Amino acid sequence: MIPEIGHFAIIIAMVIAIVQAILPLAGAAKRNTRWMGVAKPAAVTQFIFMCVAFICLAYSFATNDFTVKYVAGHSNTYLPMAFKLSAVWGGHEGSLLLWALTLSGWTFAVALRSQQLPQIMLARVLGVLGLVAVGFYSFLIYTSNPFERLLPQFPVDGADLNPLLQDFGLIVHPPMLYMGYVGFSVVFAFAVAGLLGGRLDSAWARWARPWTVASWCFLTVGIALGSWWAYYELGWGGWWFWDPVENASFMPWLSGTALIHSLAVTDKRGVFKSWTALLAILTFSLSLLGTFLVRSGVLTSVHAFASDPERGFFILAFLFLVIGGSLLLFAIRAPRLQTESQYSGVSREVLLLANNVMLVLATVIVLMGTLFPIFFDVLGLEKISIGAPYFNAMFGPVVVGLLFLMGIGPLLNWKRHKIGRLIRPFIIAFMSSVIIAMIALNLLGMSLSLWVCLAVIVAVWVVWLTLLDFYRKMNTARQGLWAGFNRLSRSYKGMVVAHMGIVVTVVGVTIVATQDVEKDVRMRAGDSTVVGEYEFRFRGVQEIPGPNFTAQRGQVDVYVDGSLVAQLTPEKRRYWVQRNTMTEAAIDAGFSRDLYVALGEPLGDGSWAVRIYFKPFIRWVWGGGLIMAFGGVLAMSDRRYRLKVKKRLLSGLHAGAQA
Amino acid sequence: MKWIRFGVPLLLFVVMAAFLAKGLENDPRHLPSARVDQKVPEFSLPTLNDEAVLVTQQNLKGPLLLNVWATWCPSCRVEHPMLNALSSQGVRIVGLNYKDERAEALAYLEKYHNPYSMVIFDQDGDLGLDLGVYGAPETYFIDANGVIRHRHVGVVSDVEWEQNLSAIWRSLAEEKI
Repeated sequence: MIPEIGHFAIIIAMVIAIVQAILPLAGAAKRNTRWMGVAKPAAVTQFIFMCVAFICLAYSFATNDFTVKYVAGHSNTYLPMAFKLSAVWGGHEGSLLLWALTLSGWTFAVALRSQQLPQIMLARVLGVLGLVAVGFYSFLIYTSNPFERLLPQFPVDGADLNPLLQDFGLIVHPPMLYMGYVGFSVVFAFAVAGLLGGRLDSAWARWARPWTVASWCFLTVGIALGSWWAYYELGWGGWWFWDPVENASFMPWLSGTALIHSLAVTDKRGVFKSWTALLAILTFSLSLLGTFLVRSGVLTSVHAFASDPERGFFILAFLFLVIGGSLLLFAIRAPRLQTESQYSGVSREVLLLANNVMLVLATVIVLMGTLFPIFFDVLGLEKISIGAPYFNAMFGPVVVGLLFLMGIGPLLNWKRHKIGRLIRPFIIAFMSSVIIAMIALNLLGMSLSLWVCLAVIVAVWVVWLTLLDFYRKMNTARQGLWAGFNRLSRSYKGMVVAHMGIVVTVVGVTIVATQDVEKDVRMRAGDSTVVGEYEFRFRGVQEIPGPNFTAQRGQVDVYVDGSLVAQLTPEKRRYWVQRNTMTEAAIDAGFSRDLYVALGEPLGDGSWAVRIYFKPFIRWVWGGGLIMAFGGVLAMSDRRYRLKVKKRLLSGLHAGAQA
Repeated sequence: MKWIRFGVPLLLFVVMAAFLAKGLENDPRHLPSARVDQKVPEFSLPTLNDEAVLVTQQNLKGPLLLNVWATWCPSCRVEHPMLNALSSQGVRIVGLNYKDERAEALAYLEKYHNPYSMVIFDQDGDLGLDLGVYGAPETYFIDANGVIRHRHVGVVSDVEWEQNLSAIWRSLAEEKI
């Protein structure tokens, strides 16, 4: 009964979404207020029904209802309750349900926080979101129904959740990622609504900004969590593989980052309008493309858990309608957008344009690397796989260039800047960056390569110039520095924090990628091996029972100068139901280094293959992500987004209608 | 004219979508192997039945199928009846027992019938690593000179066999004559 309710709730939500798509958009075209008024209640009820559907599926998991095919395929009576609930999104159908729920959730949020929006704009935004939702609901209902029953014959017990997914990281990673992915649908809807209305001005950008930053924060945290999960769960000590599925989340992040900056320019200066709209479309398109790549089976990946050409065609058709349609609209409407101000020579606009070019370039690099294997295949050339070397080689220069610009950008004025006054601070900053970077590299005792040096130099460069700018802006108040600090806007502080986050991540990536130590050794109980200043002593392996697995637990004690600093217990788990073995690495995490031990295979005669990794600064990689997200949250809470700007907007709208 | 400039993104997207649509028809499981058209890598491993008997690349002169399997791999169990059928049709299949336990593997063959003319016991996955095994099951087509001619990733189903693989097998078998 419960699964049928869930199924039914999706169908109702879809019907509501159809209404939400048609009436408000038609109403906006015909200036019919009553039709437009449908948008808000529709968004609210749609969300309620999706919650019902989701709860029904969670209930089926919690009660071990193996008559439901999806539950039977992804759960088991022995599975701990927390994983039963997270198994709801452990497979294709359920994660799609989560996608749809997230979409309706964002729609709901837009409907709630829309007091500032003119009704016609809100109607268009919600209408576009409704259109997107219709696509996802029909995908759910027609190709991926999570409530499908296995009747009359159903299994006594389920096939269990993939052990890789039985983990805390996987409980939180997909919802975060989806919040980010799907959140970009809001700015997409804003862009389409703006193009439909022929109006993409500062006010429009100001509405769209907090939503964009919010999704970007979720996506940032989601990517960081995914990387962290891969690091501790896969047991290879790797934290980024340039795997198609990782790329699928990284591409919208890159173009979303560009979008945030471009929106800032449109907001403040009323320029880059069509470019901003294009970026908004691009960012959401890349989110959809990510879904397509993961779900269609067009690429092989460690993450792909459903590969089905029929679903692939459905998503591709949907992709074609959404992206093709919005780009067509863009081609027709964008030429009519007008620039509201001028800028010339060296100005913040130009710097941000350069930043955008770099970020889009980075996106294209990732896109090409991800899609080239498909293109080659289609053209009948050989199957190729583009690996990490391509991405690393291409990415290094782009990141160095981006950081270089990131240092300069905030110091420049809008419109035009007399560069003469900046030359001296820039030269001083550059010299000191070089000196500080060299001292730091020496202190850390790192092997020097061109890219390591460059990365650390630009990192110091950014910190130096950002702090200089921060100090200057703080120092303008007569009442002293503290008053000056308080007077700075949260969006400026957020930017500073986010930029520092980038620096932290870049430093972490640079160091861990070049300085880590990996050692595969054969160890017997009592053996020890030395990595750097650390001595690893192997104490042997014991068998330990778990809830739905049996573990071989090794113990490794780590000493520095004869004193114990860490006791690590890596495990080799054998899951009963799916009968596969998982490596649970043991990690001693630290600010400046991780010690990572994983059990390999037993080699007979009581000895084991043991993998020992020394990972310097690895925590910085994800820590930087969290700092960036915090910066985003800070920027979002800026009071200018909460101000009542309604009046000005309405008058603007009026003027627009007359023109 | 402006229309054209703003239409460029649309154009690029249409081209990309066409490629993606075409890409869907290709099966990602046809993975290339760096080893295709090369000799079987050198190895020296015991057989599953007898630890004292060592097998090397010299013993893998075809035509034969080298089938990577393990007891921990559910798809291998799905594939097993097909292998039994093939071996009864006279296809020579050599098993590569991959990262497995000897006792369990022997019990498995006892229970489900043994289609292999010989089983190589690769407990540490050394040969698997050299072959570039992506995941069990995988099947390599090896010709009379010990050269890998084709690699199939995933279950050898009767449909797969009829549509693609039997032709490859026949061409290998005919070459020998």
